[in-house]
Amino acid sequence: MNRITARRVTFNINALKLAQRTLCGGAGVKLSGADSDQEIADKHGFHGNLPMHDVAIVGGGMVGMALACSLAHKPLTNQLNVAIIDSNPALLSGGCIKKEDPPDPRVSTVTPATMALFKEMGAWKYVEQHRHAYFDKMQVWDYTGLGYTRYNARDINKEVLGCVVENKVLHKSLLSCLQNADFQQKIYPCRLSSMAMQPSSSSSPHGSLAKLELSDGNSLYAKLVVGSDGSKSRVKELAGINSTGWKYSQNAIICTVQHTDENRCAWQRFLPNGPIALLPIGDNFSNIVWTMNPDESSDRKSMSEVDFVKEVNSALDNGYGPHPKSQLSGSSAFSWLTADTTLSANECFERVALIGDAAHTVHPLAGQGVNMGFGDAFSLSKVIAEGIAVGSDIGEVTLLRRYESERKPANLTMMAILDGFQKAYSVDFGPLNVLRAAAFQGAHYISPLKRNIISYASGEQRFPLFS
Amino acid sequence: MVSKHLLTRLRTLTRPAIHCRRSSNFCPNPKFLHELQSRRYSDAPQSSPAASAPTPPPASNLNSKSSLNEIELRKFAAIADTWWDAEGPFKPLHVMNPTRLAFIRSTLCRHFGKDPHCARPFEGLKFVDVGCGGGILSEPLARMGATVTGIDAVEKNMKIAQLHADLDPITSSIDYHCTTAEKLVEEQRKFDAVLALEVIEHVADPAEFCKSLSALTSSGGATLISTINRSMRAYATAIIMAEYVLHWLPRGTHQWSSFLTPEELVLILQRASISVQEMAGFVYDPLTGRWSISDDISVNFIAYGTKSSE
Repeated sequence: MNRITARRVTFNINALKLAQRTLCGGAGVKLSGADSDQEIADKHGFHGNLPMHDVAIVGGGMVGMALACSLAHKPLTNQLNVAIIDSNPALLSGGCIKKEDPPDPRVSTVTPATMALFKEMGAWKYVEQHRHAYFDKMQVWDYTGLGYTRYNARDINKEVLGCVVENKVLHKSLLSCLQNADFQQKIYPCRLSSMAMQPSSSSSPHGSLAKLELSDGNSLYAKLVVGSDGSKSRVKELAGINSTGWKYSQNAIICTVQHTDENRCAWQRFLPNGPIALLPIGDNFSNIVWTMNPDESSDRKSMSEVDFVKEVNSALDNGYGPHPKSQLSGSSAFSWLTADTTLSANECFERVALIGDAAHTVHPLAGQGVNMGFGDAFSLSKVIAEGIAVGSDIGEVTLLRRYESERKPANLTMMAILDGFQKAYSVDFGPLNVLRAAAFQGAHYISPLKRNIISYASGEQRFPLFS
Repeated sequence: MVSKHLLTRLRTLTRPAIHCRRSSNFCPNPKFLHELQSRRYSDAPQSSPAASAPTPPPASNLNSKSSLNEIELRKFAAIADTWWDAEGPFKPLHVMNPTRLAFIRSTLCRHFGKDPHCARPFEGLKFVDVGCGGGILSEPLARMGATVTGIDAVEKNMKIAQLHADLDPITSSIDYHCTTAEKLVEEQRKFDAVLALEVIEHVADPAEFCKSLSALTSSGGATLISTINRSMRAYATAIIMAEYVLHWLPRGTHQWSSFLTPEELVLILQRASISVQEMAGFVYDPLTGRWSISDDISVNFIAYGTKSSE
């Protein structure tokens, strides 16, 4: 069924392009008729029945909500009428987060650049009301024990290197921030079932609106549809946007562990089958993201919790520097991720833009995925504001291309770097190990290089080596 | 940098002081003057072989007395359907549009004392877009809150513009008329801001045209005119590159001889009691494919003037 809908939409888009081409020939004849007033009246009646929004955000996850919040907090865009389409009930109920609950294993490492953007739109104060953990040190080392780097926030004269926050806290904070803004948003608690460009567009493809049909049978019009509905984006599918990518034959285990002492350091060790990262999330809890091959992961899934923690400790217990010691967390919840990379790289079409995982997914090894998504959201809202400043139609493809050209290079660079890391560590071969170790030592002892790497990972510089 | 030298020489030649001395018969291109028989830089009521009488003619003769240029009208009617095709013959205008609107927004916000951070700063102001074509400029102005009247002499343009504007409830309020600036003057219409972008190089009589624009501007209002400089660089880029090499524009879109230099524009506006307050150039960066505002007025430029109190 889904496939069929997708095909239909693709067909519509083709028809639209055709209409655009034939405009020159047909319009003269069409226009000379005196019935254009009648046409206009009909069309307005058509609009009248269905709600019309400026922006429809499909997917009210962290990235989608960040876009809504960002739009709500810009003087140029806070007049916009925004629809958020998501079947997640938490969007309507608001959901309450209890501080004594053990931390959720789904966490995000928020870079200083993202933190600054959250502060700018007033969402960070809500994050600070909940559990969060800043870290000012980061230790990266590899399994051979040769490569070792320790980064400190002081190296770049910063207070922190990042902050680890549970995804539900980020989401809730953005929701609170949006609710407290004077902003016209409407939440549609359903899914998107189909998307079509407005039929009356035949007279001019440029000014058509997107018509969205929802799973509850309602429809709405939007000038701009933003797909922030994750890697299996329905918007991407319906708009016929192709994505290329590859799967890493790796799974990631994410879970929560507890320590005896407070931890202010992020640890990452590259193991032959994938990296393991231990991130502090406050209250002596830490989050583990352990990437491994599927066989290992199914073994470890069936392990007892005590054995698993033993494995975690041994995985982090070799090589240079201090090592974290974990103990069993009261209720460690396991979650599973499959690591893959997909890339449609923020491609934009008339009235459709993709942000976050819908546009690109990356290997979870550096926790950069969500920061890239937030980067997309803020960039798109900036481009929309710039468009409004000069009176553009916000769904115009020439405007959306500016978002595309801003995010594409940044995201591709990050993807290439993360993919390179993954590839570099998936081979256990003597000379390569030495080379890697040399690179590590270089990153540790050559301070301008080190500063550049930290700044880049903090999301503050576009390219790691060309500052 | 031969062109630079030429430019400097051209500029020295066309300095307003020199203009004043020999203004009564100054014309940089006598051949063109001869062809059109109506193009004058002087508003002195001297004898002219042209049909346009210096004194205001009776209403019945209005059609014969206009700054319109018939050849130019036919040229634009032929490609009118493609106004909103972002990849068509008007692509350069579409690409340049945000840049010119940024200039318009900032100068007019300053002029009218409006908040530039507001989404609709021009609320309650009446603007006229002279030579609006398909409404590429009128629609953004309407989205910025202005009450826009769009006029164009090509009937087909107005139909295209109206159809397109009706697609969005905000822009459907634009009042499009197939008329000329002169006729609006006749109707004694006044506007807070009068805009004629990329139009003056297509009119038969720029001086007369500027007078009409001035007459449409209410006292204390603003006038904005953009055009292409009659410089060597403009010849090389706006005509050779844009029309013949890159095919951005249909061949023959622009006549180099009908371009105005900034000095000439300032002068004819001054005579139409509009004092130019600010000028800016638009430059194209071939690497990013974007236009930006600059001080370089050697090719595309825009002038913002205020109506001097009479």
